[in-house]
Amino acid sequence: MSKDGVLIRARGLVKRFGDFVAVDGIDVEVRAGEAFGFLGPNGAGKSSTMRMIGCVSPPSGGELQILGMDPRRDGPAIRARLGVCPQLDNLDPELTVRENLTTYARYFGIPRRTARERATELLEFVQLAERANSKVEPLSGGMKRRLTIARALVNEPDIVLLDEPTTGLDPQARHLVWERLFRLKQQGVTLVLTTHYMDEAEQLCDRLVVMDGGRIVAEGSPRELIERYSTREVVELRFGAEGQETFAGKLAGIGERTEVLPDRILLYVADGDAAVAEVHARALAPASVLVRRSSLEDVFLHLTGRTLVD
Amino acid sequence: MVSFVLPRLVGLRGPVRRSVSVAERNVAALRSAYWIVLVSGLFEPMLYLLSIGVGVGALVGDLSLPGGRVVSYAAFVAPAMLAASAMSGALAETTFNFFGKMKYMKLYDGILATPVQPFEIALGELGWAMLRGTLYSAVFLAVMVAMDLTSPSRALLALPAAVLVGFAFGGLGMTISTFMRSWQDFDLLGSVQFTLFLFSGTFVPAEAYPSVLRWVVEASPLYRAVDLIRGITVAGAGVSQLVDVLYLVAVLAFGLVVAGRRMGRLLCK
Ligand SMILES: Nc1ncnc2c1ncn2[C@@H]1O[C@H](COP(=O)(O)OP(=O)(O)O)[C@@H](O)[C@H]1O
Ligand SMILES: [Mg+2]
Repeated sequence: MSKDGVLIRARGLVKRFGDFVAVDGIDVEVRAGEAFGFLGPNGAGKSSTMRMIGCVSPPSGGELQILGMDPRRDGPAIRARLGVCPQLDNLDPELTVRENLTTYARYFGIPRRTARERATELLEFVQLAERANSKVEPLSGGMKRRLTIARALVNEPDIVLLDEPTTGLDPQARHLVWERLFRLKQQGVTLVLTTHYMDEAEQLCDRLVVMDGGRIVAEGSPRELIERYSTREVVELRFGAEGQETFAGKLAGIGERTEVLPDRILLYVADGDAAVAEVHARALAPASVLVRRSSLEDVFLHLTGRTLVD
Repeated sequence: MVSFVLPRLVGLRGPVRRSVSVAERNVAALRSAYWIVLVSGLFEPMLYLLSIGVGVGALVGDLSLPGGRVVSYAAFVAPAMLAASAMSGALAETTFNFFGKMKYMKLYDGILATPVQPFEIALGELGWAMLRGTLYSAVFLAVMVAMDLTSPSRALLALPAAVLVGFAFGGLGMTISTFMRSWQDFDLLGSVQFTLFLFSGTFVPAEAYPSVLRWVVEASPLYRAVDLIRGITVAGAGVSQLVDVLYLVAVLAFGLVVAGRRMGRLLCK
């Protein structure tokens, strides 16, 4: 770790695949003890960035320093102190749940006895103790994800990298994963995660960067980003089948900004109820009206003109 | 001098330890259906020895080797079967199993996120394959001694030779795997392997071929392996066997280095 507590420092970091630029010169700093997020849609370059940080993908350009070391030279030493939960689970299908942890520990040179003890604790932590002797295949998606997270913790890492930890999970399974990650955060573990779920980013991240097309388009805490790029409240209007565009013109002047999506119109306003009253005053009758608080989804929409999840 | 060498040795401890951990993983996986594959590999060469060596041998009679020695056909074929089984055992582990682990199980993607490096995976997998191959070879050599096809002391000397053969083909197999695109490519490998099996001085002395073909045969890795083991177990060893050993060591070194590099390039994109 460097003196200022920065665990990961990237300057102009680039990843190219042939001619294609997946990560286009990003600057990032992750400090000890924080939960840091990369928020962005599919193809934004989140996984490419995570794989470079995980020292399994050499950077094509720029600087990258992790735990004060250079990934190009000190890969094994850095990886020894990272825990990685990749986007796609790559658990060992020929081993049991418990063996997946004990075997993985051996790759880090952890003594067998310690490995067994940690496996027991971690299976408890991710609530898989009663499946310890089961094979991996019959586990549900949520269980596999939790096992992968447990595996990432087996070396007591300084930084845990989580690439889309809850993508593809049902709501209940997601909440269980969030709850465990929150517990880790409270224990002071530095978390770096990627997601395209704005609620995930809002719940877990102290600080995040919004990524799009390989670039960082904004940076800050979820609250800061919402304050800077959105209004306090949002009114969502749906106007049945006629198409939203016809009504968009008639809403001019209500609120700071209007976004017209294929299925709804968003009004960015300070006071939602007042705006709704104004809509009705103009004799417009939307099929449905919803007033809600601004989210990171709105920030992303404002910055890129697109929605996060398509 | 000590201060120069010692740090290097210490520097080697990590890689060796990590390679061993990769082999260890296979021990843990052994409890699955995998052991059936292991046992079948044990019997195959013996079936060849009995059917061809003893069965066909009864029709062929004795053979006189280039050195002037006269041996039974079974004694001629047995070392070749040992070399061929060391080859096929090593290739099975380092092509089929290795490819499956790399491409389909994504096993190495998980391992590479730890301090383990591509070359160490290659070394660990190869070491494991050889552990298995050594067991096969030892059993086969014991059978040869029991059938009076070789002497116990020659058999003892032949064991490390068989292990070297396995290592060389294992290194080669791993390199080949990194070039494989799909399971279809393995059909081609199977054909090549069978051709080697038939024409590497296994069933007929290489001297029986026309001279051009003979050169080709003598350059093949299986021929060198057969020549080495036959020299030790029945014919008598000489310069030719020294060439065999150097050839096989070179193949091994080439295989390991190329496989490690290519794995790094394939998996660490
Ligand atoms: N190994 C690769 N070879 C070629 N292109 C790649 C490779 N990995 C990712 N890409 C491309 O790079 C872009 C960013 O991918 P990725 O980092 O996976 O984005 P995200 O994780 O944000 O969805 C995508 O357009 C993807 O197709
Ligand atoms: Mg991704």
